[in-house]
Amino acid sequence: MSDTSAAPMIVPDFGDDETDRTLAIICSKGSLDMAYPALVLGNAALGEGVELHLFFTFWGFDMIVDSRMDDLQFSPAGNTAMHFPVKDKSIRIPQAVMPLPGMTGMATKMLKDQLEALDIPPVREFLDQIVAAGGQLWACQMSADMNKVDMDDLYEGVSDIINAADFITMTEGAQLLFI
Amino acid sequence: MPVTSIAGHDVHVNDEGFLTEYDEWNRDIAEVLAANIGIEMTDRHWAVVDFLREDFKAKGETATTRRVQNVGGIPTKEQFALFPKKPGRKMSYVAGLPKPKGCV
Repeated sequence: MSDTSAAPMIVPDFGDDETDRTLAIICSKGSLDMAYPALVLGNAALGEGVELHLFFTFWGFDMIVDSRMDDLQFSPAGNTAMHFPVKDKSIRIPQAVMPLPGMTGMATKMLKDQLEALDIPPVREFLDQIVAAGGQLWACQMSADMNKVDMDDLYEGVSDIINAADFITMTEGAQLLFI
Repeated sequence: MPVTSIAGHDVHVNDEGFLTEYDEWNRDIAEVLAANIGIEMTDRHWAVVDFLREDFKAKGETATTRRVQNVGGIPTKEQFALFPKKPGRKMSYVAGLPKPKGCV
């Protein structure tokens, strides 16, 4: 084909002008498997130019407590969906076995290995990435009081400890996700 | 796939305007692609683009922002400064590569 057949240049629409979108995610769970949905979605939102606020409350508070955030656990107990990560098969361990000593440790290690194999960072490193990308982290005042911790005990990327009313005010017009 | 002319070269692009043929890309084209989205290429922009090109050649897929930091050595914060708002998409567009597939 000759040059004359060339179509006009197409420029992708990256939608820069529409990025007044704000996403706020409330992280209320402290188990390892429930920490990741907010981290993955929040990180993706930042990569799409969306303003992001993460609010850590109740058990989710452990995601930003310096002494606990690297040691979140995953328990298969009570999770009837739990099966081994193999395709085309449903290999399960009876629920009665799940609460036995060592099961949580084993399941946690398996999950961490799987995440690492997919190059998904541990919680702390993931939060580093989110903060570097402009995401803001907020700690719940009530959870801080209940846990008897202050800013010195929290992950360094946390902006502040705020109360519920602050959070509601701050997220006016934002899209909200409760995890 | 449409064919379009960029910097005097006929290249294949997809419906969004991303180049679809790895070997049709060159630095002159990258300058034009960057200008299209309001970016003036500097040495640091080239560092990102060169890493993405080499990494794609080795791995067969476009590096995510996380990989550009951990393997390419360009911090996330800087990637957002160089390719504002949507670094993953913009970097791959300028580098003549598909958008990253990975979630992280």
